[in-house]
Amino acid sequence: MAEAHGHDHAHPHQPDIEDAAPSHYQLMTEAVAGLLVEKGVFTADALRAMLEAIDAKSPADGARVVARAWADDAFRTRVLEDVNAAASELGIDAGSIPIRAVANAPGLHNLVVCTLCSCYPRLLIGLPPDWYKSRAYRSRAVREPRAVLREFGLELPTETVVRVHDSTADLRYLVLPERPAGSDSLDEDALAALVTRDCMIGTARPRAPA
Amino acid sequence: MRHLRRHHDMGGLDAGPVDHDHGGALAHDYAPWEKKVDAILRLLSSSGVMTVDELRRGIEELGPGIYDELSYYERWIASVTNILLEKGVIETDELGRRMAEIEAGWGHTP
Repeated sequence: MAEAHGHDHAHPHQPDIEDAAPSHYQLMTEAVAGLLVEKGVFTADALRAMLEAIDAKSPADGARVVARAWADDAFRTRVLEDVNAAASELGIDAGSIPIRAVANAPGLHNLVVCTLCSCYPRLLIGLPPDWYKSRAYRSRAVREPRAVLREFGLELPTETVVRVHDSTADLRYLVLPERPAGSDSLDEDALAALVTRDCMIGTARPRAPA
Repeated sequence: MRHLRRHHDMGGLDAGPVDHDHGGALAHDYAPWEKKVDAILRLLSSSGVMTVDELRRGIEELGPGIYDELSYYERWIASVTNILLEKGVIETDELGRRMAEIEAGWGHTP
């Protein structure tokens, strides 16, 4: 598969069916998990609960935060001060690693990358897409962001300032996109439906209201 | 002073087009074992056994050859395992034994 579409990163393996031989690293994962449970580093229940928590995270939580920020200026101010605290007001546990909101505005566009690895606000918007972890995105987003955005179908006016934020293990970013024109009559649920994962990374704009 | 760039430090380098997934149409699901790697790291991190910075250091120490050869979560579990071995949380021989046992029993679990 990887050869067939001609790029240089390996794709994570697809789920094994029951009788497929496990890979070396899959065996390593199961062995490490088993040893850590046996040694009491964490319990099997804690591992199960964490797996469920990972599955429960999706861009929908981030979209709720963005939609509330669009609808409520005071909340928006709190998001810009402290995303994790603002998310917790909506019952969302965004974890303890600080997330900083970077707001788009007329003439200003923000883009998030992690050049060194793959830091991403996982506890707010779920696991990152493959391209976010790719060599191409990590290398080029900081050097030619406009060209990268063009590949995503986002053509920015030359006078628009582009700010690229390089994430770290200790600080993650969330783009607060501009509220789309024509969305004045929408309630928060309808607003949240306009907020995609990519517009919270900065590679897209929110959907246009129907 | 010449900046010595290590292989993971790719910001600003030339690279091909971004193979983005057109809004998720081509996105694959993470395999269960990949999510387990993520869960292990989060539990180790929240219990103070290892940090995310140590995960990254472990990935960087895999070296350019292995770094490019392994998939994303393969790098993670290789790093986590090396750091657990380094800290003495687990030992090489018990890890090897456990992997052999799991492999021998694969497909026979009730």
